[in-house]
Amino acid sequence: MRSTLLALLLLLMLAACARDDGTTTIRFWAMGREAEVVPELLREFEHEHPGIRVELQQIPWTAAHEKLLTAFAADGLPDICQLGNTWIAEFAALDALEPVQGRVDASAVVDQGDYFPGIWATNLVDGALYGVPWYVDTRLLFYRKDLLADAGIDAPPRTWAEWEQAMEAIVRTGPPGRHAVLLPVNEFEPQLSFALQTGEPLLRDDDGRGDFSGPGFRKALAFYAGIFEHGWAPAVSETQISNVWDEFFRGSFAFYLSGPWNIREFRNRQPPALADAWGTMPLPGPDGPGAGIAGGTSLVLFRSSERKDAAWQLVEFLSRPDIQQRFHAMIGDLPPRRSTWDHPALADDELSRAFRDQLERVRPTPQVLEWERIAQEMRLATERVVRGGQSQDTAVTGLDARVDAILEKRRWVRDQERAE
Amino acid sequence: MRTGPAARLAAWTFVAPALAVLGIFFALPVVAALLLSLTDFDLYALADPAHLRFVALGNYLDLLRTPMFWKALGNTTYFVAVGVPLSIAVSLCAALLLNSPLARMRALFRTALFAPVVTTLVAVAVIWRYLFHTSYGLVNWALGSVGIAPIDWLGDPRWAMPTIMLFAVWKNFGYNMVIILAGLQAIPQDLYEAARLDGASRWRQFLHITLPQLGPVLLLVGVITISGYFQLFAEPYVMTRGDPLQSTVSVLYYMFEEGFKWWNLGRASAVAFLLFLIILGVTALLLRAGRRRELV
Repeated sequence: MRSTLLALLLLLMLAACARDDGTTTIRFWAMGREAEVVPELLREFEHEHPGIRVELQQIPWTAAHEKLLTAFAADGLPDICQLGNTWIAEFAALDALEPVQGRVDASAVVDQGDYFPGIWATNLVDGALYGVPWYVDTRLLFYRKDLLADAGIDAPPRTWAEWEQAMEAIVRTGPPGRHAVLLPVNEFEPQLSFALQTGEPLLRDDDGRGDFSGPGFRKALAFYAGIFEHGWAPAVSETQISNVWDEFFRGSFAFYLSGPWNIREFRNRQPPALADAWGTMPLPGPDGPGAGIAGGTSLVLFRSSERKDAAWQLVEFLSRPDIQQRFHAMIGDLPPRRSTWDHPALADDELSRAFRDQLERVRPTPQVLEWERIAQEMRLATERVVRGGQSQDTAVTGLDARVDAILEKRRWVRDQERAE
Repeated sequence: MRTGPAARLAAWTFVAPALAVLGIFFALPVVAALLLSLTDFDLYALADPAHLRFVALGNYLDLLRTPMFWKALGNTTYFVAVGVPLSIAVSLCAALLLNSPLARMRALFRTALFAPVVTTLVAVAVIWRYLFHTSYGLVNWALGSVGIAPIDWLGDPRWAMPTIMLFAVWKNFGYNMVIILAGLQAIPQDLYEAARLDGASRWRQFLHITLPQLGPVLLLVGVITISGYFQLFAEPYVMTRGDPLQSTVSVLYYMFEEGFKWWNLGRASAVAFLLFLIILGVTALLLRAGRRRELV
């Protein structure tokens, strides 16, 4: 009896050793919906790479930022992670991210030239590359073709001036209560999109101070606030509209500025009679099709990881165009590579085409770790204009003062570094 | 009594473990947080300790100039000013009903009314979110059947805080109820008997016997509830995340956002100490009022 036990124990130990030698286990943190669908792809990855096991942890978006920072403080970061691209500057400042330019240069899969330049740029902090884009999120217009035709507009507007004419016509010819566009005031993306379209910087002095009182943002704010002043858009937040999709199909507004996930939502909720009556179009710009925001997430490696080579293989796997195409089919996220878009499933999808078009023109936001807070302040400032009746001049100077205060530490740290 | 060095040593030896635990897990963190609140500890300092600056009372002065802090304080005061009296009134009513000689199945009701206190907050918050859902919540359905238009309970800035109050009162009233019930049972019955002989109505008995006799208990319950309600956090965190229009951002929620969303731990610690001072002030006032009426 005792000898059998001993033999069993030995066998177990041997088995344990064998596992230790044979496979590398990498820890992968993914967020939100992506984390729910990615296991299917991970199984395939493990099949292709028998020596690597992937331990996936699903993190809800609402808790992701806290969890990552706490993990950093406690030295418990994973090997590879899906990171919102506005957080890259922050984790780069913490020196938590592994620079990956060398790996990209040596890679046969990750081809920098194939990526949309605007989205690639979100991964660069002070010239160093810290991640590879996984999917992109840009905002454009969903619109009702039939309502535009009713108002006598033949083609989707391409410039701000054309768009203003279209909005004016839609409200003038429509029934009372119809608005031309929905730009929820609880979102910062519309204002930010317009501001990026002007091509002027949002921050100045080496990203040390706000430049919101500069000509670029003033122009964008004037355009944005004008839409509300003319009564083309209702000054409401998204929560005040009980069901955006119903209202869209009811014709309460003809344009809706939103993101790729709504393609699916609108498709699921469209009344059969209106199936061909709506579409997507790139955002009009000041003088021609305009830029958009370059949101989305990237795949990053953490400096603390001891299994970077294995983790990089997973980055390469998830960056492959065929895998990205399947990922898009599962969840609808927009791929960041042009070659993925050549796949018939994407190329033939009329609703995705406008996104493809706009992705060539997306622009990154300033890569400072305070950016999310600045974006929130910007939203509050614009809400004060359209809802609180504050003058645009007061709003932008006030916004600059607040942003300067938020960036005070950044300026100080920069000065310290320069002095060293 | 003899208090030689040996006896003194023995005494210190006996209290040492307790003192050590208190020191390590209470005094030390409090002092550390106080020091932290005098610095600008943030992400830059987390990356490199050389980026930490001593700012003295800068965080505190800055907070007093921050509109969002005042808004959070206003929301919290609103919650305390309405929630605490409501909560104690509900607890008192429930305790009176349970203590009534007419009450049947007392043990069952006592358990049932106490049940919300021991439930998991997050789990019941999810259920409440369903109950108060605008389009398919039970509450709006019931209101609809008597002809009241649906209310966007958690999405309307005017209704979100009252909904949180209702939830908090429902969740907490059982605890105070048990304390008050114990107080009620300690009131001598002969007082009521004498009052009845004098022809006092039930309402007068309540006003002139029950309430004065319950005085110390109510004061205790008031102090506990006020300090608890000032620390409102989990309810808005789970149900509204501070929305809509920041109408449910409490002081603690604001501290949480400063500390763990923006990682400004220096400022967050300053918020914590300001809240501590506020709670200390309010409870001190309450105790002083109680002392004047000779309740303590």
